[in-house]
Amino acid sequence: MLRYYTMLLGFAALFSLASCTSKSEADAKAKNSPSPADAAQTQPEVHGTEVKEIALTNPLNADWVKTGKEIYELKCSACHKLTADKLVGPGWAGVTKNRQPTWIINMITNVDMMLEKDPEAQKLLEQCLVRMPNQNITTEDSRKILEFMRQNDGEK
Amino acid sequence: MRTKHFFNPLTFTALLFAAAWFSACGPKNPTTATVGDAASKVYVAPGSYDEFYNIVSGGFNGQVSVYGLPSGRLLRIIPVFSQFAENGWGYSEETKPMLNTSHGFVPWDDSHHIALSTTNGEHDGKWAFVNANNTPRIARINLKTFRTEEIIEIPNSSGNHSSPFITENSEYAVAGTRFSYPMDGQGKNPDVAISTYKENFKGTVSFVSINPENGRMGIGFQVLLPGVNFDLSRCGRGPSHDWFFFSCYNTEQANTLLEVNASQKDKDFIMAVNWKKCEEYAKAGKGRKEQVRYAHNVYSDETHTGTSTIENEVIVLDPKELKDIVYFMPCPKSPHGCDVDPTGQYIVGSGKLAAVIPVFSFDKIQKAIADRNFEAEYEGIPVLKYDAVLHGEVQKPGLGPLHTEFDGKGNAYTSFFVSSEIVKWDIAKLQVLDRVPTYYSIGHLCVPGGPTRKPHGKYVIAYNKITKDRYLPTGPELTQSAQLYDISGDKMKLLLDFPTTGEPHYAEAIPASLVQPNSLKIFKIEENKHPYVAKGEKEAKVVREGNKVHVYMTSIRSHFTPDNIEGVKLGDEVYFHVTNLEQDWDVPHGFAVKGSNNSEILIMPGETCTLKWVPDRVGVVPIYCTDFCSALHQEMQGYVRVSPAGSNVPLKWTTGGTPEANNF
Repeated sequence: MLRYYTMLLGFAALFSLASCTSKSEADAKAKNSPSPADAAQTQPEVHGTEVKEIALTNPLNADWVKTGKEIYELKCSACHKLTADKLVGPGWAGVTKNRQPTWIINMITNVDMMLEKDPEAQKLLEQCLVRMPNQNITTEDSRKILEFMRQNDGEK
Repeated sequence: MRTKHFFNPLTFTALLFAAAWFSACGPKNPTTATVGDAASKVYVAPGSYDEFYNIVSGGFNGQVSVYGLPSGRLLRIIPVFSQFAENGWGYSEETKPMLNTSHGFVPWDDSHHIALSTTNGEHDGKWAFVNANNTPRIARINLKTFRTEEIIEIPNSSGNHSSPFITENSEYAVAGTRFSYPMDGQGKNPDVAISTYKENFKGTVSFVSINPENGRMGIGFQVLLPGVNFDLSRCGRGPSHDWFFFSCYNTEQANTLLEVNASQKDKDFIMAVNWKKCEEYAKAGKGRKEQVRYAHNVYSDETHTGTSTIENEVIVLDPKELKDIVYFMPCPKSPHGCDVDPTGQYIVGSGKLAAVIPVFSFDKIQKAIADRNFEAEYEGIPVLKYDAVLHGEVQKPGLGPLHTEFDGKGNAYTSFFVSSEIVKWDIAKLQVLDRVPTYYSIGHLCVPGGPTRKPHGKYVIAYNKITKDRYLPTGPELTQSAQLYDISGDKMKLLLDFPTTGEPHYAEAIPASLVQPNSLKIFKIEENKHPYVAKGEKEAKVVREGNKVHVYMTSIRSHFTPDNIEGVKLGDEVYFHVTNLEQDWDVPHGFAVKGSNNSEILIMPGETCTLKWVPDRVGVVPIYCTDFCSALHQEMQGYVRVSPAGSNVPLKWTTGGTPEANNF
């Protein structure tokens, strides 16, 4: 089902993002509609709590950089290059200079919310036409990816 | 609407035909309306969920299908005993071993009965078991993944029909021989004349142990029995916890024209087996170890791979020597269903040819055994006196009783094949309370939780053998079908017909609340231990081992890595090991290669699946994703160049044209 949503979303994005229905909205509707069954429950995504504050420190945490790179290779490198070149999604070079840390973390861990609310994220969807996937990354792990991105951008 | 339908000439002819067919004893009025508020009772609004999962065996299709109730919507077909083109089950290298048997690869079997795991006699939502009737096996489906996780072959068996019914704590699932056959005691089926049935043919019932932690099965022990047909079975409950009951027919021991020759006697048997005692004897070494061959296939969600092992030994118990493990009870006439009520006190036998439904009392059975109140022996096994074990008979309940389920309120619901109806009756008083027609020729029926200590009640579902005029015709081959009835009031009310895939043979229904919260969304890529996994595009590669070419491939919306492969030669066997890197719910990718004589595959997020491809000609061959994955799904494609045998085109793989694209 979701893949059809995704497909529709991609096309809808061409015309108007406002008309998009996201999965979380669909879930919310399912929750509100009268259920015939006491047993019926919605299945909220594990992932998806908005992160509002991120503290950055220097020097970089070397362990986080290492783990962040490993996660990048497993779950991100298929779509994101470490240069500024776009592959499926935008290249990562410069991302920590151009985006707030919370924006990056939420884009990783809370992508449905970002694509609904955030104009910058919506612009990217229009450019890329592929929804940034939920790669089931915890907030803790996303922080490590951020550390790796900072290293990629030349921070020490 | 209904009036209009009635005068449609085709429908009218069909109705006439149906009326003629059932004129003797069938439902008199096939257009019988459902009750006024039926639609609202089965309507599940878009985006809302059903209240029950209905886990239904697919009969001759060898699979299990899952419907939502009360809507009757088909949610999923779970491939079990048959290859399944929709997702590559039995075609992919990982799942081929799951269909291995001592006869080799068996691509299609016949699945009959469902048993859902229980703890203390109540549904626990862990596993569904299903039997293969033809090449005797039991499969276990994990209700977290709705996938077949294990299949065990049953040695010394054929026609595994009275299966896979389970004991109250899922200690054992049972398997019994519908077809007795010659057994030489050394695991062999010797070459003897078919007419020597009485001398040489034997039956067995097997108790397949289930590990309470992980569900892993093993053949606990087998009981060697006279050559008759074992038909259906149920475990005891509560006071009868230690016992298992099996129906037997063909006590005449006929080997031809059973339709006539196995219908001679007025009574056949319900067999009572004390499985607890069997277990003690098996543990105490009182059984005989027999050398046999059977396949035991296990699928791992960590390696995403099935393995098949041939096992060689089974413990056989002989009730001729171990006198207190098996008793026969006379039961009229060619009993089919053998069902135990939620209290464990009453055992209902359904003689297909009987004019009554006999109900046996567990207390009376115990007393008759203690008093040695036997009327005879049958091949060395005591036969208890009918009157001594009978609670009573339901008189003139209908024609062709088959199966009985319970609502936990003291009522039984019995299906009648010949008279096409469900009859509700009071177990203690043996009185018929209500009857409703089914369309047509009901086989099994299901009350949610019906075969447990605590039925959930609310509905009874009829699984019909004939659909006839109920749906738009589709040539000679019609849809199969089930019907949902409301049993919350005194009278049963028809709510819904719903089509089913395969023959809806037997089913259980379980509240969604016991299953839904545990449903797995993705396989975690970090936990993938497939030997050919590519954890990230960095690990994507192509490796040649002699004439075998292993492609470690990744897929993510919307490209494969690698997507250009050169250096494959005619005579090579190419293994595409495709890892789906997605970690989002409901984002499978497919994989297909032109000219594949095998199949396509469908890969769930975090999973690795392997398609073996043997190219048959030189040229550039496209590959692509078959599952619509994103707006750029049509772009998810690539090429494999196949060169002549002996060519020196080097092995090369890329995505995006330059190696930098996947090697930062």
